[in-house]
Amino acid sequence: MKRIYVNEKWCLGCHLCEYYCAFANSGKSDMVKALKNVTIHPRIHIEGGKSGVHFAVSCRHCANPLCVKGCISGALSVKNGMIEIDQDKCVGCFTCILSCPYGAIMPDASGHVMQKCELCTKNASGEPACVKNCPNQAIVFEER
Amino acid sequence: MRYVIVGNGPAAVSAVESIRRFDATGDITLFSRENEFTYSRPLISYLLLGATDEDRMRYRKPDFYTANRVDYRQGVSVTAIDPEKREVTSSDGSVTPYDRLLLATGARPFVPPAEGLDTVSYHSFMTLEDARGLREALTPNSSVLIVGAGLIGLKCLEGIRHLCDRITVVDLADQILPSILDREAAAMVQAHIEKERVDFILGDSVVKYQPGLATTRSGRTIPFDVLVMAVGVRPCTELAVAMGLDAARGIPTNERGETAIPGVYAAGDCAVSHDITTDTDRVLALLPNAAMQGEVCGADMAGGRVDPLNSLPMNAMGMFGLHMITAGTMVGEDHIIRTPGGYKRLCTKDNRLMGYILVGDVERAGIYTALIREKTPLDSIDFALMLEKPQLMAFSKRDRQMKMGGSRL
Repeated sequence: MKRIYVNEKWCLGCHLCEYYCAFANSGKSDMVKALKNVTIHPRIHIEGGKSGVHFAVSCRHCANPLCVKGCISGALSVKNGMIEIDQDKCVGCFTCILSCPYGAIMPDASGHVMQKCELCTKNASGEPACVKNCPNQAIVFEER
Repeated sequence: MRYVIVGNGPAAVSAVESIRRFDATGDITLFSRENEFTYSRPLISYLLLGATDEDRMRYRKPDFYTANRVDYRQGVSVTAIDPEKREVTSSDGSVTPYDRLLLATGARPFVPPAEGLDTVSYHSFMTLEDARGLREALTPNSSVLIVGAGLIGLKCLEGIRHLCDRITVVDLADQILPSILDREAAAMVQAHIEKERVDFILGDSVVKYQPGLATTRSGRTIPFDVLVMAVGVRPCTELAVAMGLDAARGIPTNERGETAIPGVYAAGDCAVSHDITTDTDRVLALLPNAAMQGEVCGADMAGGRVDPLNSLPMNAMGMFGLHMITAGTMVGEDHIIRTPGGYKRLCTKDNRLMGYILVGDVERAGIYTALIREKTPLDSIDFALMLEKPQLMAFSKRDRQMKMGGSRL
């Protein structure tokens, strides 16, 4: 299955992926309207700092997904290899945060239900927005 | 191959899915004492809270039984099992033969005996039926007494807070949530809950019940309209014991989930796990653990194999917007970080993370859980960085690339 990977050698730590993720999932067509004066809640996060090393982290879509197995509501499931969330079923118990070894699932802006990377399959981006808009091509979407 | 599953919770459901991965055609018969579609018991407090409803509480899609070709015997309990003949007898009078049997019978509330308990009516808080009954019993004027300040009692409290007037919680322990929190974390969480007009009576226990009144050992009297017993749970092992298994305190299995009787498996809250953080065998009545055990059993029953994950106690718990996540066992050297409204304690021993408690900021806690589960040698990571907050940066570049790069996904 194609997944999102980051090459930390090329990651500048510019955080643009976070903004494009938030924009793609905002449902809005204008980036300024979507992001201006808004605290963004992206599904991809840049780690890094002092050492000069940076890299982006988003859901790994594990073949053996602990978040899905531990989900108490059945909101998380695997569909064609991709881990998706039914926010309507999610009750915000945080068991997936307890389970995910990558720290790649988090509450959405409401704080009451979880959100995660769904490879931009449920928004208008068509392909992962973080990959498409990474200025240094550090984030790729490929089969490995 | 003929499979019989006793139970209809996460262990049973995961076993069905796992069997079907390896055996598309075998006969699966599933017995459920409860007259419900498979649902998630931990959601009953969210049901009362209004965060979900009975439709959304279904643990799987509405076509689960048909899509997996399960002969679902809803509302039918298994009354006897003959391990010699390999057949089960059920409450509808039928006899069902099996080649592989899974006991996923779960747990039931434990109610300690007390004087006068038979003179009052009380609620348990375990099943969907319990939740419906409790909601029915409550009025805006109700005074509620909850016996038990553990996970079940407190989630019940959160669920019903808006449905009644007074709530008093009594527990023999001198802190709330003794199974997951230390004293300091418990005090923080208790103070947070007390803002919701809740009275805690800790280090005390009810010794006498009369209609509408409970009396504690220390002599306090607590008037109540509605009584909830949430002291604890015990594994349902009668069928296993009757089959000759040594299962009074949970059903022991090997690492593939098979009991001492070949072809008979056990998973979920009725089964014993090996806790890697205490190196002991005990029941870990946790939904994620049940789902993983069910998967391992189902695979082995169908001639496949799923490697079992290491088991450990772990809990995510929220109370009125304050979240706490805990895992492992709090032994060894302490590393404590206090922040306004937050508490973090990690315990390390023999170059391993053994346990943690997070209250408030629980972001990315699963990175800590993975350190415990995988027994990651702490000298292979930047522990100071990891202690600051859970992060992948604390791993060596090589380990990080292994984790992130695809080979292990």
